[in-house]
Amino acid sequence: MVKILENKMIVPNICMITVSAPEIARSVQAGQFVIVRADEDGERIPLSVSDWDVDQGTITLVYVLVGKTTQRLATLTPKDNLPTVVGPLGNAMEIDLFGKVACIGGCYGLASIYPIARALKEKGNRVTIIVEGRSSNLMYWQKKLKSVSDQLIVITRDGSQGIQGHIGNLQTLLARPDMLPDRVIVNGCNYLMMRAAEETRPLNIKTIVSLNTLMIDGTGMCGVCRLTVSSSTKFACVDGPHFDAHEVDWDELAQRRKAYLFEETQLLRSSQPQEC
Amino acid sequence: MPENEKPKPKIDLNRREMPKQAHHVRSHNFFEVALGYTAQLAMEEAQRCLQCKKPFCVADCPVNIKIPEFIHAVAEGDFATGIRILKERNSLPSVCGRVCPQEEQCESHCALSKKGGTIAIGRLERFLGDWEGAQAEAALPEMASPTGKKVAIIGGGPAGLTAAADLIKAGHQIVIYEALHKMGGVLYYGIPEFRLPKSIVDREVDYLRRLGVEMHTDFVVGKTRSLESILEEFDAVFIGTGAGLPWFMEMPGNNLNGVYSANEYLTRINLMKGYSYPRNDTPIKRHKKVAVLGGGNVAMDCARTALRLGAEATIVYRRSRAELPARLEEVENAEEEGVQFRYLTLPLKTIGDDHFNVTALECQKMELGEPDASGRRSPVPVPGSEFILPFDCVIHAIGNGPNPLIPQTTPGLTIGKKGNIVIDLDTGKTSKERVWAGGDIATGAATVISAMGAGRKAASSIHEFLMS
Repeated sequence: MVKILENKMIVPNICMITVSAPEIARSVQAGQFVIVRADEDGERIPLSVSDWDVDQGTITLVYVLVGKTTQRLATLTPKDNLPTVVGPLGNAMEIDLFGKVACIGGCYGLASIYPIARALKEKGNRVTIIVEGRSSNLMYWQKKLKSVSDQLIVITRDGSQGIQGHIGNLQTLLARPDMLPDRVIVNGCNYLMMRAAEETRPLNIKTIVSLNTLMIDGTGMCGVCRLTVSSSTKFACVDGPHFDAHEVDWDELAQRRKAYLFEETQLLRSSQPQEC
Repeated sequence: MPENEKPKPKIDLNRREMPKQAHHVRSHNFFEVALGYTAQLAMEEAQRCLQCKKPFCVADCPVNIKIPEFIHAVAEGDFATGIRILKERNSLPSVCGRVCPQEEQCESHCALSKKGGTIAIGRLERFLGDWEGAQAEAALPEMASPTGKKVAIIGGGPAGLTAAADLIKAGHQIVIYEALHKMGGVLYYGIPEFRLPKSIVDREVDYLRRLGVEMHTDFVVGKTRSLESILEEFDAVFIGTGAGLPWFMEMPGNNLNGVYSANEYLTRINLMKGYSYPRNDTPIKRHKKVAVLGGGNVAMDCARTALRLGAEATIVYRRSRAELPARLEEVENAEEEGVQFRYLTLPLKTIGDDHFNVTALECQKMELGEPDASGRRSPVPVPGSEFILPFDCVIHAIGNGPNPLIPQTTPGLTIGKKGNIVIDLDTGKTSKERVWAGGDIATGAATVISAMGAGRKAASSIHEFLMS
C-alpha cells in the first residue's frame, strides 16, 4: 500500500498526485515511469514520474483525466492508499551535453518534461522549454519550468498567453538561427509528438519522443506496448519509452493506442453513478 | 511380520477417475474443470498402491517426494500424516497436484503402469493439499532455530516460492521481491483459473507467509533497486524471475490489433481478471474467431480461455497431433470442450483491415519429413499450398525468453546466448559471488515442477554455503 500525501487538480482536467515511495524516489531518473493501480479491481496504467524528493521519499505524478482509472485516482485523498505504485520502469532519457536542446511539452508533458529539462540543464546544455496548449488557463508549473531552462516559450491556440499558434508553428520557431537546437525532446499526447516529429524532420534535428502506449505489467512480460521503430518491433516498456521520433511508425502507434477505445468508453459510462 | 507371510493382495488396476465438470458446462465458465477426489475415492486409489520397496516413482520426481509413504497414509485415511510427509518435500502440493506433468514423471514409472493401472499420484497429491486447505488451519512444520542469515529471493513464482520454503525451514530469514502486484508468478498470471484456481495459489503463498517469509510485491529488482544493492543487505540471493519475454512468430502483421502474446492474453484474464470486465477494469476483447499459434500447454490454456469467452478457438500447429508438446490430458480437455485443431499448418502472415484489426491468417500446408534433432518428424512446407483462414484474433503461444531486466542491470552475471542466466545445474550457482538462479530464467521455459526442483537445488546449495 502506498500512502497518498497530496492529490489535487492543478488545471482543468489535469491532476497532480504526490505519494510516499522512498525506494522509487532513490532510484528514479529523468524520463522513467511508474505503473499505478487506483484500486484492487483496477487496471494498471503507466504514468511518468514528473518530480521526486529523495529526502522526503516522495514522487509526484501528473495525470490527465481520460479514463476510469484516472477519474478514480482523482477522487482519492491523503486518507487513501494506492494498492500499486511500481517502478521506476523504462529507460532513463539519454542525458548528455548536446549543446542547445529544445524540450517541448503539451498536456501532462508540461510536467514530465520538467525532470528531463532539469537533468539536461544540470549537464550544461542550453535548454529552451516550449509548452503548448489551448489556452493560458491550461498552463501550469511555469515557475518550475523557468527554473530549469534558459528560456520558456509558451504557445497558446487562443493567444491568451505567449505566442498564438500551435505545434504546427514549431518548424518556423525552431528554424530561427538563435534557436536551432541540436536536439529536440517532446513529451505529450501521441498526436503532439507525431506533429512535432513532422516539424523537425525537414530541419534534420534529432528528435526524441517519450511514447505512451497501452501497458499491463510494464516489465517486458506482456508485449501490449509493442510498436514499430525503423521496421523492427520494440517494446515501449523495456526498450523505451524514448525513441527517435523520425523512426516511429506513427499510424500503427495511433491505431494500437485505440485498440480498447470502445471498452474504455463503455467502462466510463458504466461507472457513472446508477442511483442516488 | 515377514514379507512372505503376508497374503498376496489382489492387484486392483482400476485407476479411480477424478470427477470433472461436464464439457458442455465447463466450456462456458471459468470454474475449475477437475473437481478432485472425495476422501473415499482417494483412499480407494491409495489402497491400490503396491508400496514398492524400490519406488521408481520417487526417482522420477524432481523434488523427491516420498510418494509411497504419503500414499500409505492416505490409504489408511490418515490425511494429516499424509500431508506432513508430502510437505517435507513439496510446499505447494495443491499446485503441483494440478499442473505437474505426472504422466511423464512419477507416474510414468509406476510398477502398475505396464498393466495399465498407474496410481494417480498427482490426484492424490492434490487431494491432500486441498484436504489441508479445507481444515481450519494448516499445521506448521518443524523449523530449525534461526541462523541469523538473510536470503533475498527475486521473483515470487514456483522456483522462488520453493527456495523460500526450504530456506526458511532451515532457519534463515527470507525476503521475496515480486514485480507484479500478486505473488505466484506464472501460477498467477499464466495458468488459467479453470486449471489452477487463484484462491489455491493465494492459500499456498499464505502458508509461506505463516512460516515467516516476508514478501514485497510491486518491487522490480533491477529497477526499484539494483541486485548489487540487495546483495549488500543479504547473505545470499536467489534469482527466479522466469521466462517473462514473449516470443512472436516471425511473420508480417504481428502488431495488428487483435494479435496477442499468450502472456498478454492470459495476464489480462488471470492476473487482471478480464473475464469479469466490467466489474474489473481491465478489458479483454470478445473476439469471435481466435487462432492460437503453438501446441504446448500455454496454447491449450489460451484456446480454452478464448472458448470460455465465447469465441470459436482453433489451435494452428505445424506438426501433427502426435507431436503436440502439451500434456495429453490438456489436449483431450481442449478437444472435448470444442477447441478445433488445424494440424500441419504453418502461419505465414496475419492480415488486417484499414483499421489495423486482424481479419485473417494466411497459412501454408505442411507434411511430415525426416525426424529432426528432437526426434520428432520435422514439418516441411508443401509448395503452392497457401490458403487463408478468417480470424479476428491471433494469439502467439510459441514460448517465452528469459526476462531481461536482471541480466541487463546486473554486472558480473554470465548470460547465455538466449539471454538466460548461466548456472551450475547441480547447485544453481551463477558466475556471481553469493548469487544463485533457477527455473525458466536459467534453463528456458519449462514446467512448474522443474522450476520448483531448481529452487530446491539452489536452496540446498545456499544453505550449505550459509552454514559453512
